[in-house]
Amino acid sequence: MKNRLGRTLNTPLSPPYSESSAHHEIQLHVNDEVVTARVESRLLLTDFLRHRIGLTGTHVGCEQGTCGACTILLDGKAIRSCLMLAVQANGRTIRTVEGLAVSDEKLSSIQKAFHEQHGMQCGFCTPGFLMSLSGLAEQGGPKNDAELDDHLCGNICRCTGYVNIRRAARQAMDLDAVESDE
Amino acid sequence: MSDEAELNWIGQSVPRVEDERLLRGEGRFVDDLDLPGVAEIAFVRSPHAHAKITALDFTAALELPGVLKIYGGADVVQRIKPLVNSEELRVPPGIADLDPVVKIQPAPILAVDEVNYVGQPIAMVVAESRYLAEDAIELIDLDFEVLPAILDPEEALEPDSPLALLSEEDNIGVHVKHGTGDADAAAAAAFAVVEETFCTQRYVCAPIETRAMAARQDPFSDALMIWSTTQTPHRVRDHVAESLGLPVDEVRVQAVDVGGGFGQKGILVVEELLIPFAAFDLGQPVRWVADRHENLTADAHAREQIHRITLAANEDGRIVAVKDRIIVNLGCRNMVGLVVPYNAMCHLVGPYQIPNIDLEATGVLTNTTFTSPYRGAGRPEATFAMERAIDRLARRLDLEPAELRRRNLIQPEQMPYRTGLLDRRGIPQEFDSGDYPEMLDRAVEMVQLSDFRVRQEEARQSGSLIGIGFAMYLEMTGLGPFEGASVQVMPSGRVRLSTGAPSQGQGHKTVFAQILADALGVNFDQIDVVAGDTSSIPYGVGTIASRATVTAGNAIHQAGVLLQKRVFEHASELLEASPSDLEMNTGEISVKGTPKVKLSLAELIRSIPKLVGGSGSDGLSETSYFQPPNYATASGVHAAVVSVCPDTGRVEILDYVVVHEAGKIVNPTIADAQIVGGIGQGIGGALTEHMQFDELGQPVTSSFADYLMPVSSMVPDIRLDEVICPSPTNQLGVKGLGEGGAVGPPAALANAVEDALGSDAPVIRSGPLTPSRVRDLIRES
Amino acid sequence: MKPAPFDYVAAQSVDHALTLLAGEVEAKLIAGGQSLMPLLNMRLGRTDLLIDIGHLEELNHIRIDEEGRLVIGASVTQADVQNHPDVLAGWPMLAAGIGEIGHPQIRNRGTICGSLAHNDPAAELPAIAMALDAVAEIHSVNGTRTVPVEDLFIGPFMTALAEDELLKQVVFPPQQEGAGWSFKEFATRPGDFATVGVAAQIALLGENVSDVKIVVFGVAGSALRLDATEASILGRPAERAIDIAVSELEMEIKPAEDIHSSHLFRKELAVELLKESIAEALERCL
Repeated sequence: MKNRLGRTLNTPLSPPYSESSAHHEIQLHVNDEVVTARVESRLLLTDFLRHRIGLTGTHVGCEQGTCGACTILLDGKAIRSCLMLAVQANGRTIRTVEGLAVSDEKLSSIQKAFHEQHGMQCGFCTPGFLMSLSGLAEQGGPKNDAELDDHLCGNICRCTGYVNIRRAARQAMDLDAVESDE
Repeated sequence: MSDEAELNWIGQSVPRVEDERLLRGEGRFVDDLDLPGVAEIAFVRSPHAHAKITALDFTAALELPGVLKIYGGADVVQRIKPLVNSEELRVPPGIADLDPVVKIQPAPILAVDEVNYVGQPIAMVVAESRYLAEDAIELIDLDFEVLPAILDPEEALEPDSPLALLSEEDNIGVHVKHGTGDADAAAAAAFAVVEETFCTQRYVCAPIETRAMAARQDPFSDALMIWSTTQTPHRVRDHVAESLGLPVDEVRVQAVDVGGGFGQKGILVVEELLIPFAAFDLGQPVRWVADRHENLTADAHAREQIHRITLAANEDGRIVAVKDRIIVNLGCRNMVGLVVPYNAMCHLVGPYQIPNIDLEATGVLTNTTFTSPYRGAGRPEATFAMERAIDRLARRLDLEPAELRRRNLIQPEQMPYRTGLLDRRGIPQEFDSGDYPEMLDRAVEMVQLSDFRVRQEEARQSGSLIGIGFAMYLEMTGLGPFEGASVQVMPSGRVRLSTGAPSQGQGHKTVFAQILADALGVNFDQIDVVAGDTSSIPYGVGTIASRATVTAGNAIHQAGVLLQKRVFEHASELLEASPSDLEMNTGEISVKGTPKVKLSLAELIRSIPKLVGGSGSDGLSETSYFQPPNYATASGVHAAVVSVCPDTGRVEILDYVVVHEAGKIVNPTIADAQIVGGIGQGIGGALTEHMQFDELGQPVTSSFADYLMPVSSMVPDIRLDEVICPSPTNQLGVKGLGEGGAVGPPAALANAVEDALGSDAPVIRSGPLTPSRVRDLIRES
Repeated sequence: MKPAPFDYVAAQSVDHALTLLAGEVEAKLIAGGQSLMPLLNMRLGRTDLLIDIGHLEELNHIRIDEEGRLVIGASVTQADVQNHPDVLAGWPMLAAGIGEIGHPQIRNRGTICGSLAHNDPAAELPAIAMALDAVAEIHSVNGTRTVPVEDLFIGPFMTALAEDELLKQVVFPPQQEGAGWSFKEFATRPGDFATVGVAAQIALLGENVSDVKIVVFGVAGSALRLDATEASILGRPAERAIDIAVSELEMEIKPAEDIHSSHLFRKELAVELLKESIAEALERCL
């Protein structure tokens, strides 16, 4: 698979030659592709995804697990990729926002809902919300609004005031019919 | 002309064209750009609020493999001119007549001797990676002689206060006094006088994408390429060229995808001069991305103000005088002059007719992080003071607060209304249009105020506390001096629109295309918008101060109208008809009355080079600049219904209603979302956000674990309604609305909480209304 | 904000991890990393060697042993425990309390044992483990010891774990038949560390309190077992428990102040949450 930068995922950029921490060979699945790479011990998974294999859709907003912009799926569960080392992803399966759409033509229902409900403005935090909701969907979706809120509160958005994000999430999660007009 | 066009893109909720690539993770923010060989930058920052640097040694750090270069103050002092945000510090002639103080303290690029706040850049490390750059920072030998730090703006005004900057004579950065009538005399004769102090705490804009910049020299042209998160790309270009001594044409700034700005990215900081310098000096691409700690501690803060306000009224509730003494904590330097203090002054009075006004603002230097405008830029602070004071006055007069407001509103038939003050440009302040009584009536109706009062009393009987609070405000939008638009028919027949006002999430690519589609007579999806690339249009101001739809929007409209005229001139040869007999819809030109003969823009542009005897200028492009003749004044009323838990102090928003007026709306969905987004930020400030320092000047809310951003559960669904009074100040009739949503919540929510706590409760003088603080209030009552 | 350099080893077994821990190199264990990684990223914490045990299958167990005790291994995530049917059935307070930890995205990585070993004074799990009389099973190359969690927590972010020791599993004894439980916390925003929280377990004999455990957190350097408050209501009529407990609690705790909450507010919250949790626990008594 080629990402939009035209680089294939399994030819990651090499680490800075001066990096002093020990290196490790890792192999993992990213968006249905096998990726092998050599990573230094301390390399964060965010930096690996973004700067080594070019999947820059996963964003970095706080690097301490509070904002949720870096949320990805690890073996189907939503997690913070800033609180994980690349080497810890060895043997695991990762999905990032780049691996969400159904095809080049068709967005996933969650992505579509964010577009239709105008659930995004700058779009920087959006991948994190999409991945949190994808994780929720993979676990069978929310049973009620409270469970959905529990997940949404794990991501910070500074632009939207959340109202349209909730609309999008409820549409995507089929919670109940979104009001057709406000 | 556009007026005759059948299509009407303006007014439609066209879905955003921005979304798909962002949803696929294909947005390109500064840190997403693939720049082979890019070096990463980290800054050594002051650990002290005020100190002299006594030692700075890079020897050990430079020996660390992977460190490319370290710059200290001495290395750059001769090579980069200190930073002065000159446009913001300019004092317009009319304001100059008020004899204001505006001291300019150029920001040192890197501290040479003295540091004045925790976080001030002292050295710049360039390394192969951010990891290595941070390793190097730990090896730098640094020592200081700690100086007394002054943090409190009121103490800073005492005669024996330590100086925040040793080079200054006192801690006053700006001062201005302005008014009309005789407020003291009016207050002396008034029936009721309320004197209070209302404070707005320090906030941080904290966009989720922090400030970032990448730069490299273009291998073909030698021009300096800069990719930036800026809201004002042309200003970055001009400052970089000026500071580095480069011809302005050799600096190209591109605001790529930007993850929110809200004002923090609207002013320049020294880091943004250092990054291009390093790229130039090292001859290699470099990038700096502020981390969240830098964003919260070392990038611009905002809002901290103290208002000592007096309101005087007659027995019938007519307000006869307002007096306010405003103290603005500027932080370590006067970065933006009168912008925030004066904006607070000229928005303080809001939608009310008050004959006697006496205002004074003092901007104070302290050893805290510098401040910038933040969404509202003085309006939320002024609105908090005024709208809280009105609620206090209503208590004094035993009037329903909404009724007191109603009795004092400027009436629609008084438009255009002059306040007797000078606006920010130094010209008599004039509100162009609006219907404030209608807005208030609708809000009162939406919350069913009289029913609410019954429910409130019932609730009180059963021991629960609910309250309602209103806040009204005006927003003079569409700040000049200009914005431009270049429109050009491309070889494919598509139309490229370039403007200097980039988007940080506002949806300019959609909204601007809607405006051009109507003006030019093409399909919306035939237009490509380039916003924020200095190579695509020579001049621009940017996306600040609720101005883009007014200034860029009207420039786009003008350019579209001009381009249509040019299209008809050329098409008239091919269609053998007079230009005045032509019309264009959905991008196809035809002769009126014979719609079957059509010429597409693609066909026209292809034939242009072959046309013989063109009309002098043969291109299909136009550039137009719009200079707003006056502000377009938008307005709003917010009403919040809250419950307060008497045991835990938790404030829950039960209902939030907004009636706003922002002229003609280009894209209702996007406009509504701008308002709701602003309310989200306002709720954060009202309830949880507070940037705090300890007694030594160390920032203590330096991560998202302690600087409490609003989360989804804190912002209820918002009920919106709008009144439309098209602005007579511009052809489109539009007004700005980007900031308005953030202006009302701190005042509306504080009013609601005070109302809920009942008549025995102490005055709410400041935010945020955290559970602990609300419990303090309940305990005191 | 990037971690300082360290080496990393994915331990092949618990014994491997213990050998590494006992070595010369200064080392830290990582499982879920939800507490450790922020510290490393901010360079507030550092280590020469990071020993990963998060992937070890021999630590990935939630099981009921022959004595009916719940045994949770060191690599088990909070999310797995929260939704486990045995936990929901036999230790509902544990499941409910986990629901208050951070956000789902954090609980998907964070571990039970990691939270206990980190001992944040505002964290839920140390308090719950204390209220449920859990026992920590601690291993090192020198052997194994079991420590009631109450003795594990010695101060803010400090435990009785020695540098070469690994908290291999935590064991929750079966809960008393008919006892009622409650877990309550107050946080400024959902997912924040609690300002104050209370975990309570009460059993009745007739009309009187026959057994009681109350742990409060967020009011001291570590989760605090309210010995005096418990003693004050033991054997007393249930209908008077709240009043008695509240007056005792006000003497027993002396919370500190921070930038978010005054000490007075913390005390008020503790009282309020104590009232609510005793009431709820009594309601749940059979």
